[in-house]
Amino acid sequence: MTQDTQKSAPGLQLDRADTRVRHDAGLSGALRGFVDQVRSGDLGMLPVVIGLLFISTVFSALNPVFLAPNNLVNLLFDAAAVGLIALGVVCVLLLGEIDLSIGSMSGLASAITGVLWVNSGLPLPIAILAVLLTGALVGLVYGYLRNQFEMPSFVATLAGLLALLGLQLYILGPTGSINMPFTSPLVRFGQILIMPAWLSYLLAIAPGALLVYGGMRRNQQRSAANLSSQGMSVVITKAIFLTVALVFAVYYLEQGRGVPWMFGVFVLLVLILNYALTRTKWGRSMFAVGGNAEAARRSGINVKRIRLTAFVACSTFAALGGVFAAARLASASQQAGTGDVNLNAIAAAVIGGTSLFGGRGSAWSALLGVLVIMAISNGLTLLNLSSSLRYMITGGVLAIAVIVDSLARRSRASHGRA
Amino acid sequence: MTLEATGPGDGEPILRLRGIGKQFGAVTALEDIELDVHAGEVVALVGDNGAGKSTLVKVLAGVHQPTSGTIEYLGRQVTLDTPGKALEMGIATVFQDLALCENLDVVANLFLGHEISPWRMDEVQMEVRAWTLLQELAARIPSVREPIASLSGGQRQTVAIARSLLLDPHIIMLDEPTAALGVAQTAEVLNLIERVRDRGHGVILISHNMEDVRAVADRIVVLRLGKNNGVYTADTSHQELVSAITGASENSVSRRAARKLEEVGEDK
Ligand SMILES: Nc1ncnc2c1ncn2[C@@H]1O[C@H](COP(=O)(O)OP(=O)(O)OP(=O)(O)O)[C@@H](O)[C@H]1O
Ligand SMILES: [Mg+2]
Repeated sequence: MTQDTQKSAPGLQLDRADTRVRHDAGLSGALRGFVDQVRSGDLGMLPVVIGLLFISTVFSALNPVFLAPNNLVNLLFDAAAVGLIALGVVCVLLLGEIDLSIGSMSGLASAITGVLWVNSGLPLPIAILAVLLTGALVGLVYGYLRNQFEMPSFVATLAGLLALLGLQLYILGPTGSINMPFTSPLVRFGQILIMPAWLSYLLAIAPGALLVYGGMRRNQQRSAANLSSQGMSVVITKAIFLTVALVFAVYYLEQGRGVPWMFGVFVLLVLILNYALTRTKWGRSMFAVGGNAEAARRSGINVKRIRLTAFVACSTFAALGGVFAAARLASASQQAGTGDVNLNAIAAAVIGGTSLFGGRGSAWSALLGVLVIMAISNGLTLLNLSSSLRYMITGGVLAIAVIVDSLARRSRASHGRA
Repeated sequence: MTLEATGPGDGEPILRLRGIGKQFGAVTALEDIELDVHAGEVVALVGDNGAGKSTLVKVLAGVHQPTSGTIEYLGRQVTLDTPGKALEMGIATVFQDLALCENLDVVANLFLGHEISPWRMDEVQMEVRAWTLLQELAARIPSVREPIASLSGGQRQTVAIARSLLLDPHIIMLDEPTAALGVAQTAEVLNLIERVRDRGHGVILISHNMEDVRAVADRIVVLRLGKNNGVYTADTSHQELVSAITGASENSVSRRAARKLEEVGEDK
């Protein structure tokens, strides 16, 4: 029987039995695979990278200060809070849900921080813990409404937007604003604290080294299991590019003040969420529920619990983002979390490549997307444009990101890549 | 004509359904269904479109809740309120609509909900197990790292079948598993059904292909308009099965056969 020879052809790796498939080997192969992938609408990080290059070119041409090291350091300080909120947005978008109240949640969080820590004199960690618990509670309510009453999340969270804003105004009271002491650790964290240079460089080298180590380990395991393995040349090239880029970035920032701790904490949380989404059963279930909730349910996944965790994660990240924003501004005010915060966070996640339709995305999209959004907002501020124009342009960018997302989805569907 | 179970179906009953009914609003999809499945037995479930076969399978898979009746599994009365519970108890299902996640790759779909080491998924071990399972089914799948969306209908069906075998279930229900399969793959699935039976597990097979049904089934249970309409064996004549399924000895199938016969006669 021909099948049997195919089944157990000696020497053939388990996954290389089918001769119809082109197996891209080495560097040129990887490149060819990447081009195919992009053509079929699996854009990944490409739009973001192009966007960043384009934005930097335009703004530095209009005002050279844009690329000055210290301006970029400021940009990173500003990016951390919105980035954290965007990280939560990734969680709900993966399920095809949305949370429109993240701005209000972050505003409420900064108000609670101000009231508990500054006004009531509670220790800072306890105030932050209370903020996180509030965030989790709000997420539980959204999840409950979605699960129990099948309330579309955009309605539930739109109601939440107003309710949380009301609560924020209520607890701030008639004065409407609480200033935080400039010498306090929280404000120093939000405005001054910079990583030591050696640590920044170490952290810039680490990803490349980890990439090579991980690649070697994976190849070892795969060949031990009689599976084909990707050549090391691809991994090493990637690692070299990554390391050069990161070391250059750190070097450049060190010409100014350096890398903010605040941004470092944000990146750490991106890494943690990335691990959770790609390497744990929870993350796999998130993608499954976002792709086909009924299929996920029939596989024994507790869909309701997954939804609940996503909403809780989103609101909690938004709450932490609110604390970061308060630290950055050294105050909790009625304006905190209003204006373009909502839009910026959602736009960041979508621009970074997380689909609005569920089932596609990554934690990295929050990091890359927020850099794009913050670059735009920073560049426009440098040009002394009023916030009216800034809002219009950011709105336009979000619309473009959504169009790219929709077109890519259509293209993937016609290329059979879901 | 109704026959009692004989032959390899004599093992202990794994599954015993009594008086199962299922109502979808005004539609009565199932009414007073009785069904026994013994260890080491292949039960074929046949019936026309809309007879209620898939609904019965979904009730047993924990997807739908029955409106009435009892389910006895391994001698105990059980309620199957979630699909997860049915899977845990060893009832695996290949659904007619397959229920795969198109955005995930083959390995992820196979292990969905049952990943190896949940806090640090072991992708290598999962991939090896995936290839082993797929090769048992003579699957023709180019890569297990491509999203399901890029597979053909038959390849998807193979993935769904492989997934049902993953947990080594006591009973496996296949809802038209060979509808989209090629010749070799259909044969492999029929072989597989026999292997599963020989291991002492129960199989419920739904198919519109009477040849396949006769080839492997120990008993053939006919559903008609949501009700039991007799139990037959593989020796039952085609004519008899068709009239049980359609509900009349004078039906479109027999009329068509008669017409063909006439035409052949005229040609001669
Ligand atoms: N979710 C549902 N809601 C309402 N009615 C349903 C639902 N599922 C099935 N039905 C009805 O129940 C009846 C039986 O459907 P079922 O899918 O079990 O048929 P089947 O025997 O599997 O048919 P086929 O051979 O076409 O697959 C049909 O009349 C169908 O309209
Ligand atoms: Mg059916």
